[in-house]
Amino acid sequence: MNLLEVRQLKVHFPLKPGVFGRTRGYVKAVDDVSFTLEAGETLGLVGESGCGKTTLGRAIVRLTEPTGGSIWFDGEDIARLTRADLRARRRRFQMIFQDPYGSLDPRMTVENIIGEALDIHQLAASSSARRQRISQLLMDVGLDASYAQRYPHEFSGGQRQRIGIARALAVEPRLIVCDEPVSALDVSVQAQIINLLQDLQQEHGLAYLFIAHDLAVVEHISRRVMVMYLGKIVEAAEAKTIIREPKHPYTQALISAVPVVDPESKRARIVLPGDIPSPVAPPPGCPFHPRCPRAEFPRCQVEVPPLRLVGPEHSAACHFA
Amino acid sequence: MPLLEIKNLKLDFVSGDANLRAIDDVSLSLGTSETLCLVGESGCGKSVTALSIARLVPTPPARYVGGEIWLAGREVLKMSSAELCSVRGGVVSYVFQEPSASLNPVMRVGRQIKEALKLHRPSKANDAEVIRLLKLVGIPAPKLRLNSYPFQMSGGMQQRVMLAMALAPEPRLLVADEPTTALDVTIQAQILELLRELKKRLGMAILLITHNLGIVGDMADRVAVMYAGQIVETGPTHELLRQPLHPYTRALIDSVPKLAAGTTRLSAIPGMVPRIGEFPSGCRFHPRCPAKRPDCSQRVPPLAEVEPGRWVRCFYPIGAR
Repeated sequence: MNLLEVRQLKVHFPLKPGVFGRTRGYVKAVDDVSFTLEAGETLGLVGESGCGKTTLGRAIVRLTEPTGGSIWFDGEDIARLTRADLRARRRRFQMIFQDPYGSLDPRMTVENIIGEALDIHQLAASSSARRQRISQLLMDVGLDASYAQRYPHEFSGGQRQRIGIARALAVEPRLIVCDEPVSALDVSVQAQIINLLQDLQQEHGLAYLFIAHDLAVVEHISRRVMVMYLGKIVEAAEAKTIIREPKHPYTQALISAVPVVDPESKRARIVLPGDIPSPVAPPPGCPFHPRCPRAEFPRCQVEVPPLRLVGPEHSAACHFA
Repeated sequence: MPLLEIKNLKLDFVSGDANLRAIDDVSLSLGTSETLCLVGESGCGKSVTALSIARLVPTPPARYVGGEIWLAGREVLKMSSAELCSVRGGVVSYVFQEPSASLNPVMRVGRQIKEALKLHRPSKANDAEVIRLLKLVGIPAPKLRLNSYPFQMSGGMQQRVMLAMALAPEPRLLVADEPTTALDVTIQAQILELLRELKKRLGMAILLITHNLGIVGDMADRVAVMYAGQIVETGPTHELLRQPLHPYTRALIDSVPKLAAGTTRLSAIPGMVPRIGEFPSGCRFHPRCPAKRPDCSQRVPPLAEVEPGRWVRCFYPIGAR
C-alpha cells in the first residue's frame, strides 16, 4: 500500500503588487502534481532553481499551504486537516533542510533542539528518559552522546546536518522530506550523510522524498526519480531507467549537463540555450518549448503535453516521448 | 618560462596573538594558454592561493611569510602599488562565484564594463567595444543590455557580464574561482562551454578553482589538489583522475556519486576537513587516510616528483612499492 499519495496538488501564490494591491495573477509554483510513495522507499525529485521542488516538499508536510488537490498519508488527507490535528499527525512526517546553519536555533543546546520535538509530542515520560533518548539519537546519527550540551556553532556543517537528522528522527516518523540535505556540504562529507540516510532508512523503514538539484546524488539514493520543470513533473521513472533512457528532452539535457569525472567518457553535450523562464509568466503550450532542441511549431507552442505513460512505470510529458 | 610560477608560497592569517598558516609551501606553475584546475574542499586554501596571484588578500589580517610569485616575468610580492594596478586586470583577471555580489547593483552593466576598459585600454573605452565584449560572452541583444542593471539579468547572464568585464583588458590569465557553483546545472554547462570556447579563441591561460571533480574532467589540462593549505598532488588531468597517487585524491574521486554507476554505497572519507590552525601533525591527511602508517603522523612528507610531471605529497603513494 502507498504511504503517501499526492493527487493534483497545486500551490499557487497570488501576485499582489504593493500591500493592498489586487491579485494580478498567480505564480503556479506547483501545478497539478500527482505521485505516490511507498513505505520504506526513496523517491527523488530533481529540478533547477525556481522549478517548485522545495515548495512541493514543503506543501507535503504543510509548511506551505496547498491551494488545491489532496495529500493522502496513511489513509488520511493531510491537506484538509485542522491545525490541531495536523500537529499530532506531524509526528509521522518530518523534514530535513538544506542549510545546516540556518535550520538550528543558535541559542539552544543540541539537547533542547532534539528534546523540543520529544516534548511537543510528549514522547519522554521522565527527564532521565528524555536524556537517554537524546543520547541514543545522537549515537544513531554518528555523534558522541556528550555533544548534547553543546551549541550549534560548535559543530561543522556535516555534524549540524546530523543534528537536523536526529531531530527529525526523534518523533519516529515514517516519511522524511529531505530538501537538498547535502548540497551545502563538502564533497567528502556529502558521502557520509548520504550513507547515514541510507542506513537509517534500512533500520527504521523510513520513506524519503529526496529533493536535490544534483542528478547523480538523486540517482544514487532513489528507487524512482521525478524531474520537475516550472511547477510540473515532466518525467518520472525508475532511477536506472531515467538515467539510461530519458524520454523528455529536458531530462536528456540535464543528464548531459552533469560534469563527469572520468576524462575518457565521450558524451554528447547538449547545451540548452536560454535561461529558465520566470514562473510568473511561463511560456504557453509546453513550458519547455523555448529551450527545447526538439520543439515543433506550432504544436509545442500551443498544446500542453500531458504526463502520460511511455513505458512500464515511466511517464513523460512530451508530445514526442 | 611559464606565465605564472608560484614558488613555496607561505601565507599566515594573524588573529590576535596567533599566526594561522593558511597557505603552506604552495608551488604552482601555469603555461600560456593552459588550463589548470585547483581542486579542494572548503578551507583548503585554494581561493587564498588564487587571490595571492594579484596580491588581493588584504594585509592585515594576512601576511605573506615567504615564497615568490612570478607573473609574466615579474615578482608580484615585490611590486609597488602602481605596478600592481597595471597587473590586476591587465595581466590577470578574476571571475568569482557569486556574480550578483561582485557586480555593482546601482550601475548599468555597460558602464561597469567600460570602467575596466578605461583603466587598461583607454583608447577602446566606447560602446562599440563593450558591445563586442558582450557579444563575445554570448549575451543576446547586447545593444539593449548596455543599459540594464544587474538585477534585471539572470544569474547566468550576470556571470557572462562578469566574464566580459574580466576579458575587457585582454588578460593573459583568467582566474575563475568557483564560477559556476551558484548556477543551475544547465546554466553551468553553458558557462563551461563558453570558457572552453573563449580559451580557444583568445589563447589565454585559465586557473579554474572548483570543488567539483566533474568540472575538472571536463575542463582541465592539469590538476592540482589541495588539502589543508598544501598541494598534495599535481599532474596531467587524465592520469590524475584515472590513477591518482595520493590517498586523498583517490578518496575524493570515490566519494562522488557518479551517474549510472550502479553502486549501492558510497565510500565516504571519515572525519571532517580540518580547520585552519588545527591542521594535524605530520601528513595533514593522516587522521582520515585509509592507508596511513605509524610514521605518517611523525614526519611531514615533501611534494616529490614520482613520475615525470606527477608530484605527490605522500610517503606511500598508491601503486608505489
